[in-house]
Amino acid sequence: MEALRLPIAMFLQHLANAISLGSLYALVAIGYTMVYGILRLINFAHGDLLMLAAYVVYYSQGMFHLPWPVSISLSVVVTMCLGIVVERAAYRPLRDSPRTTILISAIGVSFLVENLGLVVFGGRPQSFPLPRFLDIGSATQIGSVTVENITFAIPVVTLALLYALLYIVHKTKTGMAMRAVARDVDTARLMGIDVDRIIATTFALGSALAAVGGIMWAMKFPQINPLMGMMPGMKCFIAAVFGGIGNVSGAVAGGFILGVAEIMIVAFLPAISGYRDAFAFIILIGTLLLRPTGLVGEKAAEKV
Amino acid sequence: MRVPAEQRRRALLLLGAVLIVAWANGDLRFAGVSGWGSYTVRIINLCAINAVLAMSLNLLCGFTGQFSLGHAGFMALGAYTTALLTMEPATKKMVFFMTPQWGPLQNLLLPFLPALVLAGLVTGFFSLLVGVPALRLRGDYLGIATLGFAEIIRLILQNVRRVTNGALGLKGIPPVTNLWWTLGTATFTYFALRNLLASSYGRAFKSIRENETAAQAMGIDLFKHKLISFVVSSSLAGMGGGLLAALLTTIDPVMFKFPLTFQVLLTVVLGGMGSLSGSVLAAAIVTYLMEFLRVVEEPHYLSFMTIRGIPGLRTVIFSLALVVVVIWYPRGLMGDRELTVATVTGYLKKRWPGRRGAG
Repeated sequence: MEALRLPIAMFLQHLANAISLGSLYALVAIGYTMVYGILRLINFAHGDLLMLAAYVVYYSQGMFHLPWPVSISLSVVVTMCLGIVVERAAYRPLRDSPRTTILISAIGVSFLVENLGLVVFGGRPQSFPLPRFLDIGSATQIGSVTVENITFAIPVVTLALLYALLYIVHKTKTGMAMRAVARDVDTARLMGIDVDRIIATTFALGSALAAVGGIMWAMKFPQINPLMGMMPGMKCFIAAVFGGIGNVSGAVAGGFILGVAEIMIVAFLPAISGYRDAFAFIILIGTLLLRPTGLVGEKAAEKV
Repeated sequence: MRVPAEQRRRALLLLGAVLIVAWANGDLRFAGVSGWGSYTVRIINLCAINAVLAMSLNLLCGFTGQFSLGHAGFMALGAYTTALLTMEPATKKMVFFMTPQWGPLQNLLLPFLPALVLAGLVTGFFSLLVGVPALRLRGDYLGIATLGFAEIIRLILQNVRRVTNGALGLKGIPPVTNLWWTLGTATFTYFALRNLLASSYGRAFKSIRENETAAQAMGIDLFKHKLISFVVSSSLAGMGGGLLAALLTTIDPVMFKFPLTFQVLLTVVLGGMGSLSGSVLAAAIVTYLMEFLRVVEEPHYLSFMTIRGIPGLRTVIFSLALVVVVIWYPRGLMGDRELTVATVTGYLKKRWPGRRGAG
């Protein structure tokens, strides 16, 4: 097996890529898992928020030449707004409908956002601008391998945001309300929690993380197009299911494992690299069939 | 011998339909005019194929209540089977110029009908393999798992170059699809599904949709019936894919991505989950609008100004329509009612009680 005689430097490069891809998956998977935890809904449009965030930065850089911190904050705010609007327009009116009805609505919204993207931004892939600050746009030479600086920045940003999110969910009053709504909506309402507001907050938080994920995704793979959110969205949902849907740390673990496994399989077994995208779906089907609660999920009785 | 009026009327209807199709298809000349022109015929072909696809998905989603997002994968299987069985060996040699085709497939050549039937059977077989594990799941998880299987099928088709020519796709599929094939398959699908749904199996499907626990308590084997529904639905999707391949004459794996499933799902939801005639109507409307709305994507040159067309606007309109229908008109066009000759005449009689009613 010549594939196994991978030079150590190459291996380190793959490892760096794997960890940063895993961090991106983790960041976006959190949004899926939070929404599913509360609404039992696969928010199909979540992946498309990545695309929107990247395009907001692209335009604020290319057309308005805003400073980077401003355009990143703008992008996060716009994406949060879209997340909240989607929830209010397409999910809230259907909250008492059968779950598959809401899923159809979610699929419709996802296609709507993607195709609006095609209409507004155009279908041609654009090259994403790289920032100058902190040398993120350049690369570092370590021994014989070259690693882009963004590859190092992604895991750091992810861990910081994850820490902040866990603080919000576990230490603040809003976080407590979110956990209560996820446990039981009706009882939470009886306790005086404004359920609609909490659900909107959840969408806002998830969308903000997706926005940061989308911007970093565009820096790592600097070709953006209106359909760029489709595949990553799907894979991050798979990561969330794999980790145990509804559980934030599970989603992070799932995202890391999926990202690392994907890169490593392509690195070690180049012969099957054409099946790279199938790998995630195999994990999904395996998880659903063998351990539907995921890695760290707790057993939940299906309500009839 | 006296033929009952009902039977005589049906025979007349059938004869009329056959004559019209023969004329439209160009087989029959009437007053020197033959056929509707290739553009209209092509739209009708697409309508009929979409009707087959929508009816088959409706069997699974609308009547059995099992949410599947894997239709495109099964269509791909059917399309590739039909294409590989009907392409001339010489064409195959030309198309597979990068990687030579796997030996036994090179000289395989069948007429269209057996190829289409085989497409249905092959798709049915693979859907059995997919259904056995997947149908243990419910609701949205079933949807996402079938979506995964469809994507895996697509990636396999893209990677086994010696069988499918990989990402380059297949070109030069004989363009045998005509109105006889498409309308014939659509009629066959309609009546086969109508009879299936009127049988004890159909009643079992509907009871599973309404309440799985209650259905199980009545002694219905849930898994068996779900699997039957899944396999029948997928086989019909495979045949629809085969017709599509012979209509377009070119297929490649990228065609069979999730947006294709989305279009079929859209048709089913618009027509009404649980109405075969609704699916047929919605297929006609969606296909027609897809063509009609081309104008919004093309530029228009008026004498004093130019209106720029907006590419992609059609899909925006349709996805918006889906969300609007799901939120405000969840029953779609027909809900779970059927449009039959009897309901139409009944409606007309109620409307104009003095007359004898249509037909």
